[in-house]
Amino acid sequence: MATPTLVKGARATRSTITLKLLMAASGLAFIGFVLAHMYGNLKAFAGHDAFNEYAHHLRTIGEPMLPESGLLWILRTGLIVALVVHVASAAALWRRANRARPVAYQVKKNVASSLSSRTMRWGGLTILAFLVWHLLNFTIVKVNPSGGATDDPYNLLVDTFDLWWMTIIYLVAMAALAMHLHHGVWSACQTLGLTNTAVSRQRAKLAGWVIAVVVAGGFSLVPLFTVFGVID
Amino acid sequence: MGTIDPSGMTATNGPSVQQSDDAHGYYTPGEPLVDPVAPTGPISQRWTTRKFDNRLVNPANRRKMSVIIVGTGLAGGAAAATMGEAGYQVKSFCYQDSPRRAHSIAAQGGINAAKNYKEDGDSVHRLFYDTVKGGDYRSRESNVYRLAEVSANIIDQCVAQGVPFAREYGGLLDNRSFGGVQVSRTFYARGQTGQQLLIGAYQALERQVAAGTVEMFTRHEMLEVIVVDGTARGIIARDLVTGEIETHLADVVVLATGGYGNVFYLSTNAMGSNVTAAWRAHRKGAYMANPCYTQIHPTCIPVSGEHQSKLTLMSESLRNDGRIWVPKKKEDCQKDPRDIPEEDRDYYLERIYPSFGNLVPRDIASRQAKNMCDEGRGVGPMVGDFRRGVYLDFSDAIARLGKDGIEEKYDNLFDMYARITGENPYETPMRIYPAVHYVMGGLWVDYHLQSSIPGLFVTGEANFSDHGANRLGASALMQGLADGYFVLPNTIREYLADAPFSKIDESHPAVVEAQQDVQQRIDRFLSINGTRSADSYHKELGHIMWEYCGMERSEDGLRKAIDMIRELKADFWTNLKVLGTADSLNQSLEKAGRVIDFIELGELMCIDALNRRESCGGHFRAESQTEDGEALRHDDEFAYVAAWEFGGEGGQPVLHKEDLIYTAIEMKQRSYK
Amino acid sequence: MNLTLNIWRQPNADAPGAMHAYAVEGISEDMSFLEMLDVLNEQLNAQGEEPIAFDHDCREGICGTCSLMINGQAHGPEVTTTCQLHMRSFTDGDSITIEPWRAGAFPVVKDLVVDRGAFDRIIQSGGYISANTGSAPEANSVPAPRDKAMRAFNVATCIGCGACVAACPNGSASLFMGAKITHLGELPQGQPERYTRVVDMVAQHDHEGFGGCTNIGECASACPKEIPLDVISQLNKDLRTALKQGK
Ligand SMILES: Cc1cc2nc3c(=O)[nH]c(=O)nc-3n(C[C@H](O)[C@H](O)[C@H](O)COP(=O)(O)OP(=O)(O)OC[C@H]3O[C@@H](n4cnc5c(N)ncnc54)[C@H](O)[C@@H]3O)c2cc1C
Ligand code: HEM
Ligand code: HEM
Ligand code: SF4
Ligand code: F3S
Ligand code: FES
Repeated sequence: MATPTLVKGARATRSTITLKLLMAASGLAFIGFVLAHMYGNLKAFAGHDAFNEYAHHLRTIGEPMLPESGLLWILRTGLIVALVVHVASAAALWRRANRARPVAYQVKKNVASSLSSRTMRWGGLTILAFLVWHLLNFTIVKVNPSGGATDDPYNLLVDTFDLWWMTIIYLVAMAALAMHLHHGVWSACQTLGLTNTAVSRQRAKLAGWVIAVVVAGGFSLVPLFTVFGVID
Repeated sequence: MGTIDPSGMTATNGPSVQQSDDAHGYYTPGEPLVDPVAPTGPISQRWTTRKFDNRLVNPANRRKMSVIIVGTGLAGGAAAATMGEAGYQVKSFCYQDSPRRAHSIAAQGGINAAKNYKEDGDSVHRLFYDTVKGGDYRSRESNVYRLAEVSANIIDQCVAQGVPFAREYGGLLDNRSFGGVQVSRTFYARGQTGQQLLIGAYQALERQVAAGTVEMFTRHEMLEVIVVDGTARGIIARDLVTGEIETHLADVVVLATGGYGNVFYLSTNAMGSNVTAAWRAHRKGAYMANPCYTQIHPTCIPVSGEHQSKLTLMSESLRNDGRIWVPKKKEDCQKDPRDIPEEDRDYYLERIYPSFGNLVPRDIASRQAKNMCDEGRGVGPMVGDFRRGVYLDFSDAIARLGKDGIEEKYDNLFDMYARITGENPYETPMRIYPAVHYVMGGLWVDYHLQSSIPGLFVTGEANFSDHGANRLGASALMQGLADGYFVLPNTIREYLADAPFSKIDESHPAVVEAQQDVQQRIDRFLSINGTRSADSYHKELGHIMWEYCGMERSEDGLRKAIDMIRELKADFWTNLKVLGTADSLNQSLEKAGRVIDFIELGELMCIDALNRRESCGGHFRAESQTEDGEALRHDDEFAYVAAWEFGGEGGQPVLHKEDLIYTAIEMKQRSYK
Repeated sequence: MNLTLNIWRQPNADAPGAMHAYAVEGISEDMSFLEMLDVLNEQLNAQGEEPIAFDHDCREGICGTCSLMINGQAHGPEVTTTCQLHMRSFTDGDSITIEPWRAGAFPVVKDLVVDRGAFDRIIQSGGYISANTGSAPEANSVPAPRDKAMRAFNVATCIGCGACVAACPNGSASLFMGAKITHLGELPQGQPERYTRVVDMVAQHDHEGFGGCTNIGECASACPKEIPLDVISQLNKDLRTALKQGK
């Protein structure tokens, strides 16, 4: 609530903008990850062995300097930290926003904003829920919903997407991701202060579209081609 | 002629002796008035000498001295910031929800300063000369000279604060010539100069609020000044949100409450602009000077109907390219202007004033437009019994410069016009009509800006000081900031050097009386319970003032107006209806208080106008014209400031005359034929 | 034209409020929106019902006093202030919902009037250049590049109306703040305090209870002065620089 006092000893680190900078930084880390991950997944088109080889390779990079899965764990730690930062900042900003408008309008029109910008929070939650399932599915528990083997990454993948409803779940998640990225990329540029002119703003919005389509599209290829039997 | 002025210099004119006495029976003649602190010596040295002679106040003592400043426009905002920086305890008041919203924000054109950046012959002396001449020799030369002198500092100060003035490619300040002046001395920030200057002053003020030297009271309306033993010691203000009647005491009180153009109901002023602060001070003993001097601006967007609440100004620069006309025949007035052939159009300014044409001064352009409409040749919608508007036609200019050329120059004005009227000015001629824009009259002040009540200072448009009978374009902003930043802080020292003043508290009888007066008035407004809203009285007053005390005045009209205003006042006190309560935000209650003060002021304006049987500056007196119908000034009778003293409830106002004697300038009649 | 108005009425800050429906008749399309409300208020006064409180002053689009959420849009359907909105933007028989600005940092004072004092406090916290009267150097001694001065001017046109806050789904005042940061930050005179200014203003903004900006962009489209979104980017950039400088 507004109080008619002036803040003393303000620090840049404690501002909402700092939270946003953290979100942008962690978000960009995620984008790097999903791009790489998406590229890796496309190896499925190269067949069973190539894909498993790649999965194995991920765990042996850096050896013997690093222990097995060393790089993977460095990456995982980074991702976990980013996730915590991203989600915690999102929660803090969400709470602030709710308090900033305690009484809702009876009628409110949205004129200039995209649907994706207004659904970032719910979209983010969808992605989070997906992530939980996804990790159970492929990494932590390795659930094979068709009951097949779980120790062969390629087979696990194919078995999963042979089920139409699993494909649907993934496609829905990719739609959520596309929307999140469509706004997120532009938003991160704006938060980082890179969009000071009308032209740079246009470019950032375009980048949002491109990354959204490339990432979500790229990811969707594997499930789609599997359910239609191209990959098996 | 050739007499020695009290300043010690040789005067170029003698005192005036009034022959006529049109206002006989409406007023009581009073003692002549002299400015007790008028400076002496050569004009260019007067201000410098005075700044040096005024006593200083020790910085350690300033913390113990309290200053109330009512108003946060250019005049009040600048003063509060400066006094705060100096270390006084300042209390600042405005009726808006933020000091940034004072009506100075609306000024468009620019601000004058004698910088001579264009090396075109400008100088302090030329700005001084132009201002006195523009005021039709009805202002004090010492004051005007000082104004011109500090003008350059204003620009420096504003730039340092971050005011984004227009600049040239090299990054230096741009300026232009404005209002028919032959040198380029008007600094501007597109069409929003007033806004940018005010935001500068506002930010300086807020900085002092944060520093704790200024305490800000927004949504507070001053309703009374507290006068103890003849000196101003505080104000009574109403917290407009809670309705609480608050008492604020101080060592000195400054009014910077702006102009009272809203006495005409329709004007370019803000809806809340009022005379209440000044009028309450007047009733407590402050003289009101030249109240009938008002400035009417020729290029406003015309009234569209009875519901209209305010008028919007469009820059005068439009007259540089537009041609003004009305139909020759009354029957044509309702026609689409594009269907009226060239030979049926009357380009009346070009006809009457062949050498100046559409660029005649504001008052002439305004008066002729009203004449055309009064003749029944006005255009636009019928409002009341005739059409109020004349055409400002750009078709020739569009043919000459192309639509793009016009767009480049006037884009935002054309857009504004289109938005308000719903008509496209690129296709059909614009319609314009004069509107009240500024008042030169105001509370009388001496060279130190102190009113006739010791301890009550008045700055900005609220005082009468610098513009005589007419104000040059772009010089009100200059005056507001000159007063606020540079003049008042230097002159108020001399007054405060006498501190400490006697201690008073809220139980002092004068304070209690002021509180009770305010309370009783409010109770009275709420208890009349008649049938008419305050707004309806305001509208009616406005009609009377515009008709009889506007651009053209006549003896008969003014007498009639005085009678009508007196009736209106009586009706107000018996038939007003104000709903709601006194202890909450109540906009009708605020309005009622403002309207009754306007009614009382209106009567005084008419009396002042009646007394001044000369055509001068912004106004035309029917009984005083040349053979060919032009304004005729009477320096022999009226080269004086009319300072009116309140004559008591039901009594007659008392007229004090302050002679205007010139030493650095000679009076001349103007001619535009 | 005849209209139905659904208007938020609330006697004071603490009392509960509710929507009320009123009918107005014979409205001319040349009236401004506020003149239409004047007509309603005259009507209410005559009927013995207290007139509706709404903020307004200059009625020419420059003071920033007027407000109003009109059919879900701050200052109504045109890019202008409510006082400059004209009834020709509506049609006969329309039903118009009128609400106050809604933000925790802008508490309702009465009916449609809100308290925007938080904006003043944001300026107090640093939205100025410290230049005491009399201390200024000759104006032309520091040239300001024209393009920067133009940008400063373009954003200095902010009238402090609060429409950006009203329109923002997060109730953020970033556009208002960004406009001031950009205005002062583009001028040579604004440099010395540039990075403390942004830290102080943002801290005050957060303290007042405005939301954080998530770059949704409703604010810029509601802004009657068309302040562009890039001022928010500038604001973020300046804060990032301040972070780097350890401010
Ligand atoms: C549309 C328009 C355009 C103009 N253009 C120009 C131009 O281009 N150049 C130029 O030089 N001049 C121009 N002028 C004139 C100039 O703007 C004004 O004369 C000048 O700004 C007045 O400043 P001020 O500080 O005296 O008063 P204002 O800015 O009017 O401030 C008055 C202050 O007093 C306060 N106040 C009033 N009554 C009370 C009360 N009873 N209690 C508490 N507070 C009160 C108000 O809240 C406000 O803060 C223009 C004027 C208008 C209307
Ligand atoms: C792993 C995939 C994710 C990616 C790639 C991603 C990416 C991004 C990016 C780039 C931003 C913009 C940052 C900015 O505005 O500066 C962002 C914002 C946001 N993200 Fe994520 N995010 C992901 C996951 C999540 C998750 C799991 C949540 C869960 C709650 C979430 C919630 C949000 C929210 C609320 C915002 C702020 C909205 C906004 O800036 O408009 N995101 N995200
Ligand atoms: C259709 C899309 C996707 C497919 C087919 C897919 C497939 C896979 C597979 C097969 C693995 C296991 C890899 C291995 O253990 O070697 C994996 C792991 C993972 N995936 Fe995905 N994935 C998809 C989308 C996503 C998305 C959108 C995200 C993030 C938002 C994501 C995040 C992860 C994570 C974090 C891991 C764990 C990596 C680790 O071992 O640490 N995946 N994915
Ligand atoms: S940025 Fe625009 S919407 Fe926000 S306060 Fe300023 S003018 Fe109003
Ligand atoms: S709408 Fe709100 S989220 Fe940011 S871009 Fe504007 S302040
Ligand atoms: S009333 Fe001044 S901007 Fe609308």
